[in-house]
Amino acid sequence: MTAHDDHDHHDQHASGELGEMELRVRALQSVLTEKGYIDPLALDVLIDTYQTRVGPRNGARVVARAWVDPGFRDWLRQDATAAIASLGYAGRQSEHMVAVENTATHHNLVVCTLCSCYPWAVLGLPPTWYKSAPYRARAVRDPHGVLRDFGVTLSDSTDVRVWDSTAELRYLVIPRRPEGTEGWSEERLASLVTRDSMIGTGLAKSPQDTQ
Amino acid sequence: MSAAPPATPGRPPGSDGPVFCEPWEAQAFATTLMLHERGLFSWSEWAAALAQQISAAQAGGDADPGDTYYHHWLAALESLVVAKGAGSEQELRRYRQAWDQAAHRTPHGQPIALAPGDFSAPGSDGRC
Repeated sequence: MTAHDDHDHHDQHASGELGEMELRVRALQSVLTEKGYIDPLALDVLIDTYQTRVGPRNGARVVARAWVDPGFRDWLRQDATAAIASLGYAGRQSEHMVAVENTATHHNLVVCTLCSCYPWAVLGLPPTWYKSAPYRARAVRDPHGVLRDFGVTLSDSTDVRVWDSTAELRYLVIPRRPEGTEGWSEERLASLVTRDSMIGTGLAKSPQDTQ
Repeated sequence: MSAAPPATPGRPPGSDGPVFCEPWEAQAFATTLMLHERGLFSWSEWAAALAQQISAAQAGGDADPGDTYYHHWLAALESLVVAKGAGSEQELRRYRQAWDQAAHRTPHGQPIALAPGDFSAPGSDGRC
């Protein structure tokens, strides 16, 4: 974050080191603060929350609970929004959640072709590749190819279903529970659940992966 | 971008880096959340505004590998703020110039803050 090191050339003086984007954001915030639309202190709290407390660990706990608790899994199937909120992950952009379950014959892959809608409350902020045009375009056109690029090999008989997120609907993939995890605690199971496995570009880690 | 070639198409290097590459990205993100909570716009309106900026950038030659995402994000935010009447383009321009002026008069290493004089400094566009 040492912004002055590689700054725009016209800015390379001892002072005046705010980049164009920084200037625009500050201008926007000044105008909005002055008119009472935003509170700079509350903004800092929000940023801290997203940088440190919201992330794929939330989603991993949802998945682990679904693996160990059939009642929760059913609830997730019927009303993912409420089931996820019961664990304390609610609000903001993830109000309307749909959980899609991988099975031996079906694999789910999530994309947002339009922009990059993402279930923030359970996965945090999207990785760069999720926001990229190549992923957004190819996930729909060639999901098997995308999965191969991510190192995911599925049997030929596995049907891949692509879910296109919208402003109203966000998807959380429930990956398959790895073999050899019988009797594992929820917490230990959650450690096997990667972010990519909840987008569908990965699988849950196997117990061997963690050793 | 990293010097290493992408391991796979569609999956750029550094794809698991920090969620925000620069502080302004986090500020733009949080400002959007807060304005939505205040009811200035719906998520549908937001998604439409963001998609419009991304399409426009792609039409203008941006390969859109994901690292210009927050540029599109900020442009969408500015456009919605103006469309909803929360601020005008003139105001945004005026404050942008004031921040630029503040940055230039502030000695290196000290926090930059706006002062009334920044709005009437030489180099402003003379509108105000």
